[in-house]
Amino acid sequence: MINIILAILSTVGALSILFASIGVLRMPDFFLRLSVTVKASTLGVGLFLICAAIMFPDDVSVTTKAIAIIFFLILTSPISAHMIGKAAYFIGTPLWKGTVVDRLQGMYNKETHCLESDPKRANLAEEEQIADSEKETE
Amino acid sequence: MSLETYFDFVILPILTISVLLVFIRLFKGPTVVDRVVALDLIITIGIGIITVYSIRQEQEVLLDVAIILALIAFLGTIAFSYYIEKQKDD
Repeated sequence: MINIILAILSTVGALSILFASIGVLRMPDFFLRLSVTVKASTLGVGLFLICAAIMFPDDVSVTTKAIAIIFFLILTSPISAHMIGKAAYFIGTPLWKGTVVDRLQGMYNKETHCLESDPKRANLAEEEQIADSEKETE
Repeated sequence: MSLETYFDFVILPILTISVLLVFIRLFKGPTVVDRVVALDLIITIGIGIITVYSIRQEQEVLLDVAIILALIAFLGTIAFSYYIEKQKDD
């Protein structure tokens, strides 16, 4: 019975990891690749670790380690995806040509690394900075 | 079919094919952020492979390596994104 549960869980995990890798190879855009990668791979590895926790039921340390790794992955993978996505948008990674809307268009102030809610204010801040730097040079 | 046979002939080959597919993206990757994401995914799949191997060999000690790999993947991605954001565009 335990073997059947282990086989089902590991099969679902392996297939989700396979779909994540196919997605990272086939998607046309960096941001689509990022959105595919994070969720599916976290799900797959989490299922494998649940398998490990079921496989060694007598050992409490294995269950603790498995829960710790799952918790750490679920905590950190969205953070790292957010950071790398922000960096990629900032250095101007090209969007897919079929992208419908880019809501961050012009709202990123490239001087101060700040995100303004109004595109005009971002440009204003840039101009103020340029004016300030000109004053300083004078 | 025993569980060991199933892990040997189904699960581990699927994971190996996944790593190979991600390696293609790591070599092709048009920009540097693609490569960073591919490297992150490779390390995550590595955690899965270590876990499957420890189940297969009944060696629960190998899970410690998985903890360290998870830490290194997170720190590596954070460091890469920090320095990519700081760099001047050439």
